[in-house]
Amino acid sequence: MSNFWHWTVIIVVTLHIIAYCWLLFATSKKKTDKLADNTTGHVWDDDITELDNPMPRWWLWLFVGTIIFSVIYLILYPGMGNYKGTKEWTQLGEFQDAYQKVVEAREETYAAFINKPVDEIIKDDTAMLLGQRIYANNCSQCHASDAQGGYGYPNLTDDDWNWGGEFDTIVQTITNGRTGIMTPWAGPLGEEGVQQVAAYVRSLSGIEHDPALAEAGAPKFQMFCTACHGPEGKGNQILGAPNLTDDIWLYGSHEIIETALYEGLQGHMPAQNEVLDEQRIKLVAAYVYSLSRK
Amino acid sequence: MINHGKIERNVGLLGVLIAIVISFSAIIEIIPLFSQASVVEPVEGMKPRNALQLAGQNIYVAEGCYNCHSQQIRPFVDETLRYGHYSLAGESVYDRPHQWGSKRTGPDLARVGGRYSDEWHEIHLIDPRALVPESNMPGYPWLAETPVDVELTYKSMKVLRMLGHPYSDEDLAGVADALAGKTDLDALVAYLQNLGTAVSRRYQ
Repeated sequence: MSNFWHWTVIIVVTLHIIAYCWLLFATSKKKTDKLADNTTGHVWDDDITELDNPMPRWWLWLFVGTIIFSVIYLILYPGMGNYKGTKEWTQLGEFQDAYQKVVEAREETYAAFINKPVDEIIKDDTAMLLGQRIYANNCSQCHASDAQGGYGYPNLTDDDWNWGGEFDTIVQTITNGRTGIMTPWAGPLGEEGVQQVAAYVRSLSGIEHDPALAEAGAPKFQMFCTACHGPEGKGNQILGAPNLTDDIWLYGSHEIIETALYEGLQGHMPAQNEVLDEQRIKLVAAYVYSLSRK
Repeated sequence: MINHGKIERNVGLLGVLIAIVISFSAIIEIIPLFSQASVVEPVEGMKPRNALQLAGQNIYVAEGCYNCHSQQIRPFVDETLRYGHYSLAGESVYDRPHQWGSKRTGPDLARVGGRYSDEWHEIHLIDPRALVPESNMPGYPWLAETPVDVELTYKSMKVLRMLGHPYSDEDLAGVADALAGKTDLDALVAYLQNLGTAVSRRYQ
């Protein structure tokens, strides 16, 4: 605060306090000429009069009390311009103290399990409860509160993993996020080619399809799709390319195949290390890891 | 004291005097903040919204998102654990009007930028329950079908420049190009993805 405002605040506040004291003092000294019937002499509606009683004592002392309170407060706490108060209290300081307490309490709780191998962490009820809370706050918006995923967001409770289901891989995924991209193939494949490849992909997971189309699609699949999805269509966890031979579909159902081929697809999981520290990532990763092992 | 009767019998005069007395607290509590750097200067790395984000902000206000979402993380432990670093005054300098709000039917959005993918926002704004079955947020499907109002965005950028936001002539000239082919949905997502990104989201 600039010097000008520093002093303006101090002067105005001080003058106010003095003015209140004067007001109390001045009004208590002033004697009014009381009428014999103890009224102010005002009359409304023919017969309503106003008694001229003094203020209740307790009310008056409350007034005095607030003045004394304000003086003590302004000495202890910041209020007078740049003056910091004898307690040196700040909002930030109070927040930091509270935060520190949480950090300490957390470390104390975490100490029981955080450095154990994951297979033991997932057997610890407290760890799993904490992991579930972190999951609910940070992951459920996409992967759903029951972790069964949604349209474009993988189910975390089955054992089908696009990027790998090992504990370390899950930690990696949560920490840095993932971006999966499938480019559109309508150009190189053409209308007919899309239908053929789609039929072939359906044949991989035993879904009803036109065998003639699928047969024609097989060599095209080998030409364009194997780089990511592998020669057998079993996917590639390094690239996040899904396994096409199971009947698990990231985008709802196998009806996505044509759209994917025409328009391409992209999935993005934001990095969580922006939000969560290492220990909490470990905890929530353990929780996710536990889901497919129940 | 002598003229007390005069004040009491004249409502207009009484009103003016009350206003003067009350305005002292405004002078002491509010006006000094106008000269405090931490309140009026943008935090480091804070830029005025680009054309698309500005259009998005206008949609945010027009759709009344502030009725359910606040944009202010208070300096409490539970809030910083859930939403990230508490909000700083310097993050709101380019918000006119600010969207702090006080109602949280939905979560706070002060640091929602980068929290989800663009695709997530698009699906979620059109049909929230497609992604979050428990959600009670209404869908805004028309946003995807409405082209961004170029004229309005140009005007609001001009007005904001008048109010001191550092927009250049190029910024103003580029509004139409920046918004070409964009829908209200694109604009709103761009706005949301920019919220709170000037400050590291994690408190520690």
